[in-house]
Amino acid sequence: MPDAPSLAASLNPGTPTDSVARAELSEIDASAKWPVLVFLLSSLIWLLIGTAFALISSIKLHTPEFLGSYEWLTFGRARTAHLNSVVYGWSVNVAFAVAFWLMARLSRAMLRHPGLLVVAACFWNLGVTIGVVGILAGDSTSIEWLEIPPYATPLLFVAYALVGVWAVITFRFRRSEHIYVSQWYLLAALFWFPWLYSIAQIMLIFEPARGTVQALVNWWFAHNVLGLWFTPIGLAAAYYFIPKVLGKPIHSYYLSVLGFWSLAIFYNWAGVHHLIGGPVPAWVLSAGIAASLMMVIPVVVTAINHHMTMVGSFGALRSSPTLRFVVFGAMNYTLVSLTGSAMAVRSFNEITHFTHFTVAHAHQGMYAFFTMVMFGAVYYIMPRILLKEWPSATLIRIHFWATAIGIMIYWIGLSIGGWIQGTEMNNANIAFIDVVQHTIPWLFVRSVAGIVITIGHVAFAINVVWMLFARRPAGATAPTLFDSPPATQGALAR
Amino acid sequence: MNKGPLIFLGIFFALAFSWTGVVLTNQIQYGSLTPYYDPNEGKTFPEKPSGLAERGRLVYQDLGCLYCHSQQVRRPGFGADTERGWGERQSVARDYIYERRVFLGTMRTGPDLRNIGARQPSPDWHYLHLFDPQITSPGSIMAPFGFLYEYRAVVGERSPKALKLPVEYAKAHGLERPGYELVPTPRAEALVAYLLSLKDTYQFPEAKPYVPPKKGGAAR
Repeated sequence: MPDAPSLAASLNPGTPTDSVARAELSEIDASAKWPVLVFLLSSLIWLLIGTAFALISSIKLHTPEFLGSYEWLTFGRARTAHLNSVVYGWSVNVAFAVAFWLMARLSRAMLRHPGLLVVAACFWNLGVTIGVVGILAGDSTSIEWLEIPPYATPLLFVAYALVGVWAVITFRFRRSEHIYVSQWYLLAALFWFPWLYSIAQIMLIFEPARGTVQALVNWWFAHNVLGLWFTPIGLAAAYYFIPKVLGKPIHSYYLSVLGFWSLAIFYNWAGVHHLIGGPVPAWVLSAGIAASLMMVIPVVVTAINHHMTMVGSFGALRSSPTLRFVVFGAMNYTLVSLTGSAMAVRSFNEITHFTHFTVAHAHQGMYAFFTMVMFGAVYYIMPRILLKEWPSATLIRIHFWATAIGIMIYWIGLSIGGWIQGTEMNNANIAFIDVVQHTIPWLFVRSVAGIVITIGHVAFAINVVWMLFARRPAGATAPTLFDSPPATQGALAR
Repeated sequence: MNKGPLIFLGIFFALAFSWTGVVLTNQIQYGSLTPYYDPNEGKTFPEKPSGLAERGRLVYQDLGCLYCHSQQVRRPGFGADTERGWGERQSVARDYIYERRVFLGTMRTGPDLRNIGARQPSPDWHYLHLFDPQITSPGSIMAPFGFLYEYRAVVGERSPKALKLPVEYAKAHGLERPGYELVPTPRAEALVAYLLSLKDTYQFPEAKPYVPPKKGGAAR
């Protein structure tokens, strides 16, 4: 497409460049309004559904008779409904919204035919709904991270194809000369996910591989959904929002290149560490452990890049909700990834494998990192597409503190419980039932953490709904901030 | 990095690398593993599961048992799997070749089940345990599966499959009405048949524990 002047510039050629650029951005935001809004609202609904299933399964694990007579809510199904609601419902929906909003902004290209993306959102959510209902009804495949029954997957596939193609088309018609680091991550994620998903569907469900080759395919897929889909999108958002809110460039261009390619090369081998000690070839486990340790490089590099950008600007955390969520997420990315590398070492894995330690780790990755970054992104995007501000700073504050404190209680409590479980399980002198009993207090801690997190989610939901129905104010408004920022940062911070 | 096609090539080859290594190479290496003929026994192992056990596998799958129970025994010296009696030997890839869906599992909220058929060979134990784990394993946090059973009036003779509940338990839970019996549904029967079929009580050459050669003895 030729470099057409934006609508704002052609209407009023006399405006200064800065306001033209701003007007152009708001035109792009407006073009993305409906698809972003539909994906965000569906993700919010799934977040609440997923939280409900989370609480049910958490309580069941220390009080098994709770709702014990309902087959559709038995632990194996409720827990699986939780995972699929929060992964394919909440996380993927919000990832889609953030991904193509970022892609459109960074490519300085309007989203064409946004109506088709709304269709994609309907397909995706229909697919996930059928999938979760199918799981509750007993049609789960019992393949971790791929439980959605095969009759729902074609819908997901069509929806994904639309979103992926749209983001790539938006990129193709980019008018920016520079390709920003967030765009590398987005392009990679959008390309990797369908590859992983289709190979896993074929080799596990439609034409299953023989024996434990299935386990290798399963963990190649499941870990890469984290590493090659959610992580790149979370990092793309962090790379965009941290410098954007602070109004300063990212610490080092060179480090962002190094971080991107080392993640691309090492992460995709790491998943087999879920099978250490299992009946699969030892060489592939060793390769997976090596790759898991090599992940220290991209993690440290990205950590330096994110955290060094923050150095000197920590004061902005006091005022900007977006920044506070994103920086909390980025810090947890560093922590969770280094723990993950350690957990792949055989002697460490001998203890933590098969325990709640892994569950705590997974939640730190998917929640304390990815979900918190996405919350931050939502706080930035919503006012720009709706052209109105968040109605309540108090609700944002409740949301932040409840989720941040809740997930820390969750992570620390369950990690301790899992570690005790692992060391006791490896001591054959302790009866198995005693090992189980010793985990119960920590499972209670998890339920408490879950309730705290739920409070945060409810505050978030109230704020979103309130914002949707609030009247748009006439004239200019100030962003909703925690504290009024220092005068110099006022224009930048949100 | 401003060249779209170059970035794309890099992205492509990054995943192609692990796809080739983890998926393709292993599929070629042992994706068509065959059973082992044991000349002493005069037959091949592993044995194919029965039709009822296969149906039970589907019940195991739809109830999500694998989220708390693994089906793999780690080698002696790595964890305490064999010391706990979860198996006489480590599990190897050949054990799984007839399983249409492999349930290795990644969690041990409950114990490993790879050899549960050998460790608990009594169907009665499994029926009671699945109905309410507190009967056989007090303090367990396993979900009760009462919905796999039917409490019904006895028609004619009592069913031979009726559960023999402990008297105290039956009284406490109102399950002692005269003329009534608690029987497993066909799904419970299939599930128990599947659990009883889980046993790797045969030997493969590759499953024998590795005994490191003694040090010092060789120096002559």
